[in-house]
Amino acid sequence: MGQALDLKPRPEVAHRRLPPTEPVLRIEDLRVCYGARPAVQGVTLDIPARRVTAIIGPSGCGKSTLIRSLNRMNDLIPGARVEGRVWFHGQDIYAPEVDPTAVRMRIGMVFQKPNPFPKSIYENVAFGLRLHRRLSRRELDERVERALRQAALWDEVADVLHTASGLALSGGQQQRLCIARALAVEPEVLLMDEPCSALDPAATARIEDLIRQLCQEYTIIIVTHNMQQAARISDVTAFMLGGMLVETGPTADLFTHPQDPRTEDYISGRFG
Amino acid sequence: MPHRHSRLREAFTAALLALEDDVHRLGRAAGEAIHRAVDAFRRRDVADAEAVVAGDSLIDAMRLTIEQRAVELLATQQPVAGDLRWLASVLVIATDLERLADHGEAIARATRRVPATLPATVALLGQMEALVQGMLDQTLEAWRRRDAERALTVVPLEETVDALRAQVFQELIAQPGAPPLAMDLVLEHLIVAQHLERAADHITNVAERVIYIATGELRELNP
Repeated sequence: MGQALDLKPRPEVAHRRLPPTEPVLRIEDLRVCYGARPAVQGVTLDIPARRVTAIIGPSGCGKSTLIRSLNRMNDLIPGARVEGRVWFHGQDIYAPEVDPTAVRMRIGMVFQKPNPFPKSIYENVAFGLRLHRRLSRRELDERVERALRQAALWDEVADVLHTASGLALSGGQQQRLCIARALAVEPEVLLMDEPCSALDPAATARIEDLIRQLCQEYTIIIVTHNMQQAARISDVTAFMLGGMLVETGPTADLFTHPQDPRTEDYISGRFG
Repeated sequence: MPHRHSRLREAFTAALLALEDDVHRLGRAAGEAIHRAVDAFRRRDVADAEAVVAGDSLIDAMRLTIEQRAVELLATQQPVAGDLRWLASVLVIATDLERLADHGEAIARATRRVPATLPATVALLGQMEALVQGMLDQTLEAWRRRDAERALTVVPLEETVDALRAQVFQELIAQPGAPPLAMDLVLEHLIVAQHLERAADHITNVAERVIYIATGELRELNP
């Protein structure tokens, strides 16, 4: 019977069964404390290249702390202490000789609330480029356009690049502008912390489509409270509870037959 | 434990439990249709057989209601994991149970046509029917308990049903030296045996879904 059916992956669900790739980030026994309070307690996890990895779990489970540890954003929080290793292409990003700014160039971040600067759309995207590189005006223009196209925003803002403020855009457009700003410095990994929680369903759908497109070139790690969103867009899902990793696996498996009853209770809304 | 209770999602859990009762009722009604149809055939009781035929539309309506409720819960509750496997399986199980009842209806229709009954063959048909009821009991209980082990117990029963059908065929067709039986007599008895065998197949399909619900593994018990 099976042979009579076309069993090729259907486009709309093809990403569910993409073959595994080499890990681009290897998290090894990561522990993060804020003062005396442990937030992440020994997480070991490989992040596959050019795939979307979703990190889910209840509030306070340590998922945002984990994602912030991956580009040393926790360095900026007083009292935060990080132990363990985060390997990025064989280099521990917490090694003393590593410059955290250089890490953040390669591993970018998009936050929960869109945070454009009160500058023109062009300057918002060019901001990081100007900080780190000396580029000619033409090169800068090209990089800004490329980032805005990658973020699926170009067609909506091309005419007002220099005249409209980033703050004048809609919420969904602002978040795509922030994605363009992160992409402009050509990172390899994009960390997204609840990127759609402030957006309406249509704007959310645009960002989700964009994430699927971007993962052809970038490795994406997304923290989300929205279980359906994790199920829709990720290839791999990791479930955290109490600062620990409970279960990780291909998203389609985790959402149809999770192995750990705590995962089952959480994703089916019976946690607590 | 059919559905995990917790203080969260109480309304959803209650809806699942109500649907579980509906499916159980459908299974029982289908089993009853098979039982009454075989009994009416044995006694050539056309009035009883007609009641089985008339009752089938009620069973069809039960299945449609179950399907509608399951789809509503899929749409509004967005179940995942065990809840998703359970609800997706309800759609399949309801169809198989309705088909089970359809075989009862078909047996009832044969009762209208059969000119006489053959006691030895009818005894074999009675054995088949008892096995089908045993399979149904085990499967419905396994389904309520999400018990894959219990679901697997239908496999040898189904094999016995198949063997009995072959025996019915041999009795009716291959009796060297005996005077040939009237064609319609042979045919109607064979039709009943065939429908009982198909009924057992549908119950096996339900058992496969129980295993899927319990383990996440989709497997064919009757390859």
